[in-house]
Parts: sequence; C-alpha cells; structure tokens
Amino acid sequence: MMEHSSHLHGILGEFETPEQLLTAAKKARAAGYKHLEAYIPFPIEGLAQAIGFRWTAVPLITLIGGIGGGLTGFGLQYWCSAISYPLNIAGRPLNSWPAFIPVTFELTVLGASIFAVVGMLALNKLPQPYHPVFNVERFARASTDRFFLCIEARDPKFNLAESARFLQELSAQHVTEVKDEA
Amino acid sequence: MSVTQPPLRSPEIRRLEPVLEPGHTYASVTDKIAAVVLTRPLGIGWLAGFTLAFLVVMLLFISIAWLVIKGVGIWGINIPIGWGFAIVNFVWWIGIGHAGTLISAILYLLNQKWRTSINRFAEAMTLFAVACAGLFPLIHTGRPWMAYYMFPYPSTMGIWPQFRSPLIWDVFAVSTYGTVSLMFWFVGLLPDLATLRDRAKKRYQQVIYGILSMGWRNSARHWHRYQSAYLLLAGLATPLVLSVHTVVSFDFAVAIVPGWHTTIFPPYFVAGAIYSGFAMVLTLAIPLRKAYGLEDFITMRHLDNMAKVMLATGLIVAYGYFVEFFMAFYSGNKFDVFLANQRLHGPYSHFYFALILCNILTPQLLWFEKVRRNVLALFLMSLVINTGMWLERFVIVVISLTRDFMPSAWGRYSPTFWDYSTFIGTLGLFVMLIFLFVRGLPAIAIAEMRELVHESHGEKGHE
Repeated sequence: MMEHSSHLHGILGEFETPEQLLTAAKKARAAGYKHLEAYIPFPIEGLAQAIGFRWTAVPLITLIGGIGGGLTGFGLQYWCSAISYPLNIAGRPLNSWPAFIPVTFELTVLGASIFAVVGMLALNKLPQPYHPVFNVERFARASTDRFFLCIEARDPKFNLAESARFLQELSAQHVTEVKDEA
Repeated sequence: MSVTQPPLRSPEIRRLEPVLEPGHTYASVTDKIAAVVLTRPLGIGWLAGFTLAFLVVMLLFISIAWLVIKGVGIWGINIPIGWGFAIVNFVWWIGIGHAGTLISAILYLLNQKWRTSINRFAEAMTLFAVACAGLFPLIHTGRPWMAYYMFPYPSTMGIWPQFRSPLIWDVFAVSTYGTVSLMFWFVGLLPDLATLRDRAKKRYQQVIYGILSMGWRNSARHWHRYQSAYLLLAGLATPLVLSVHTVVSFDFAVAIVPGWHTTIFPPYFVAGAIYSGFAMVLTLAIPLRKAYGLEDFITMRHLDNMAKVMLATGLIVAYGYFVEFFMAFYSGNKFDVFLANQRLHGPYSHFYFALILCNILTPQLLWFEKVRRNVLALFLMSLVINTGMWLERFVIVVISLTRDFMPSAWGRYSPTFWDYSTFIGTLGLFVMLIFLFVRGLPAIAIAEMRELVHESHGEKGHE
C-alpha cells in the first residue's frame, strides 16, 4: 500500500466551468478531504478559501521589506552625512532630515516591492520546474479553459477508487491519476 | 407610460459599449493573443520595421562611441547652457514611462476594467522608455564608466554622495522606478508565460517559456498569493510613479534659476508625464491593434477613454503654464517677469508658440466625439502631443539657461548633429524593443482577459 501511494501524487478531476469547480471544492472539503489543490486559468474568488487556504504571509513580508528599506535609506544618509564624513557648512544641521526624505521614500518602496515579489515566489516555492501534475496530458488546458481539482494521495481520507468516484459524482468530466515519476 | 428604447447614440448606449467584443471564450482570447507570439510567421511589415529600427540603433551606438572618444564637446552644450538635449530627452522619456505605471497600477486600484487589454504593452512601454531615459544621465557625464560615483559605496576617498542634492534623489528615484516597473511587469507576465509554455509546439519555445515561467502551474494557492503581491505592488507603484516625476522636477525647482524655481513644477510635471505617456500608448496601440487584428480587445472604448485622459491631463498642463505666467507677474520679481517675456518674445519664442499649439490648442479638438472616435485623427493627435511635450522640456531647459540673472552670462544654444543623432537613436532603440516585445511576449495580458470573459458572462447572467 505504501509502495503504491509513494508513486501516486493524487487524483485530478477536470471541470468545465469555474462554478462547477467551486462547488466541487466546497463539497470535497465538506466530505473531509484536507489535502486539496485546484488549478485554474485565472483567479477565482473564494476558491482558495474553499480548498482550505486561509492566510498568506505576503502582506506581512512586504511590510517588513518596506520598514527595512526605509530604515536602511534614512540610516545610510544619516550615517554618511552626520557620522562618517560630517561637513560643517555655515553651521547648518548635519542631520538635515527633510532633505533625506526622497531617498528614504524610494528605498521604502524598493524594499517593500522586492520583498513582495521574492516573498510571493518563495512562498509558492517557485521556480519549481517539475511537478507531478505536469505529467497529465490534459493538464495543459489548466492555462486555457479547464478547471482542475486535485485530491492528493497524502490525504488520510484518500482512496483511489473511492475518491475517483467522488470526483465523478461532482460532475468532473475527466478523472485522471497523477503519477509522480520523480 | 411607454418605455422607449434610448436613441442609438445616447449616453446610455455608449456606456454599455464593451471593453471586450462579445462572443469570446476563454479559449478564443487565449488562442488569439498567444498566436501572435507562437505561430504567426514574421511578416514583411515586421521585418521592415525591425530592420529600420535596428539601423537607427546603430546610429545610437555610433553616437555614443563618438561621445566616448571625443567627450561632450560634440554636443551643442556650452557655458551657460550646460544642460541641453540630454536633459530634455531624459525628462521626456521618463515622463512617457509614467502612463504605463498609471494604467497598470492606479487604474488597477480604481478597478477600471478597460485597463486590462492595454496594461501589458503600456508596462513594456514604461520599461523601454525608462531604459532610453536612463541612458541620458549616464552618457551626459561624458564618462559613463564613472557613473558608479553616484551610488553610496565605501570608496578609498572616504567621501559620500551629497544626499541633499536632487541629482542624487534622481538616481534613487529612477533606479527604483526601473526596478519596480520590471518586477511588476514580470509578475504580471508569469501566468502568461506559463500559458505560452503549455501551448508551445516548437521545442525552443517550450524551453524558453518553460524557464521564464518558473514552473507556474496555476495552483489556486499560488494565485491567491500572487494576487496579494500584485495588489501590493500596485499600491506601492502608485505613490512611486507620482514621486518619480516630482523628483525629476526638483532637479529644476530646487535651483534658483528663473523659470525653474516654482512650486507648481512637481504637480505639473506629473500631469505632463501622464499626458505624454498616454499619447505614446495611443501611438503604439493604434498600429498594434490594426497590424495584429486586436480590435476586439483594444476597442473604441479604450481609445476614447485614453483620449479623455489626455484631454484632462492636458488641461492640467495648460493650467501649469498659466500659473507660471501668473506667478511671474504676481510676484513682481523682475527676473521672473523678464523670463516670462523672453518666452514670448525671446530668441526661442517660436518653440514656445509651437508648444502652446501642440499641447494646449490642438488637443482641445478632443472635446469632440467625432475626433475621439476617428482612429487616424487620434493617432496624429498623439504624435502632436508627444512633440509638444518634448518642446515643453526644451523651453524649460534652454530658455531659462540662456537668460538668467546677468546679461554677461547670457548665451545661445543650438543642437549639433550628434545631439539629434543620439535622440533619434533612442527613438530607434525604443521602437526596436517594442518590435521584439510584440513577437516575443504576449502584448495583452491573457490571464486577465480570461478573467474579463468570465466577468462579462457573469454580467450577462444577471440580466
């Protein structure tokens, strides 16, 4: 049994409309499946919640990046102008903070943006060239006009025959095994 | 009592005009946009256009090589006109970039559906315009290999850049803008690159788009984080784009030169940037939709909306010109009054009148719906406005520098062949990059178009 499931990633049901997929995802969740994943050609509202995804760290990471960028920007200017090489020009203040605002602002935006993008990619574990779902031939349509729901084999409730029947009952048109050949 | 149909040309009907022509499905929008990149053979028009642009890029390379050999003396700059074409072109190009970010970020936050089919190539336009803009501050130093002096790095001399100078703010603003625009563009492209990977038939296409798409597999969890990041980027790019041209205007406004030292500069530079940027989007969109049959996606509604944005920002710019004059006379500062008179009567007054004609008078035709709906008229209008915005920067830079406080410091400026060849060269670079872009990457955001198809079906369902 263990031998078998280590090669099986899960089972993939193909739906024709986003509404069917959304209903199927909610029913699968209600039936007790925990390890679900949906593949869709464009974002669908409420689907991520329906498959059990609650919270993303992207905004927090972005905030940290922004604060870090801003502190770096101001700190850099303060250190250069007031500590490392102070120049007394007619007694004007060394920490002339209003003049430091533009660079502080730009670095805040830069830090936040880089953290947002890199954070999003890292949380998504991208780049990831190989994934078992790519082995399914029809899966290419996930980037055009088909909506897929995958029940993963690591789900405690997963049973090949039973889960396949479950997906078919939810009006999935094609139900395919996803083999992990890695 | 009878409910009559509104007449055909009434505003009610016009409001319903689609941002996407009816009858499209998820597959049809995907096919149509992906086919331009994946299957369509290179036409004679593309090859001819690309070759011409490539030759102009060679002119740019020659101009830069000659500049490196001889120094900035090959240009028309002198003392007191130390800022010539290089700064005029820099400000012009960076302004053009602004419309791309405005469309992709601000209109996204405002939930304007019509942005969907124009945001991708407007963002590409931003990147290429910023690339052209960035070239000028780099080469106008005459020693571009020393440009790293501008960055704060621990040098053996132990000194640091002058952080109180707008020129250093510019370095940070423009490099941040370039970086954020690139990331925003790439994040937007990611799902579309995966679409191309899935549809590619040729091996080299599968490999290239496979690598670029990073293994994006349209997972719902990924989409969720993706949307979160995209929204945050839009929110970050919005103040950024406003800050960039503000900082560019500080290059002038912080100096005490008459005609530059005004508080109207930041808002009116930003408005002018958006004005010229939308003009450039139209200059690109009109031939693009025609050449690749994308009229279903870039509809008259888009062109009409862009024309209205141009009209509005053009009026803000006109207000800026008015305030410059008003403040000169209201302040009674004799140098400001003199400069205002120089604009009208001085040696460069024909530039000023050409600017008024291009930027204020001609665009008033956009009040008429007939003009906004005439594709050829809009195309010509966009060229006129681009010319006008270039003239605006010329007027600002050159007239003020030729006529500052002391008659002994007055001068004249006339650009040389190398000034023109460098400027035309960057136009060639811009056009060449656009040509490569429309054949190498999807010029319209495919995933967002599918979403639009979904939403328009949804709207129908409610009727």
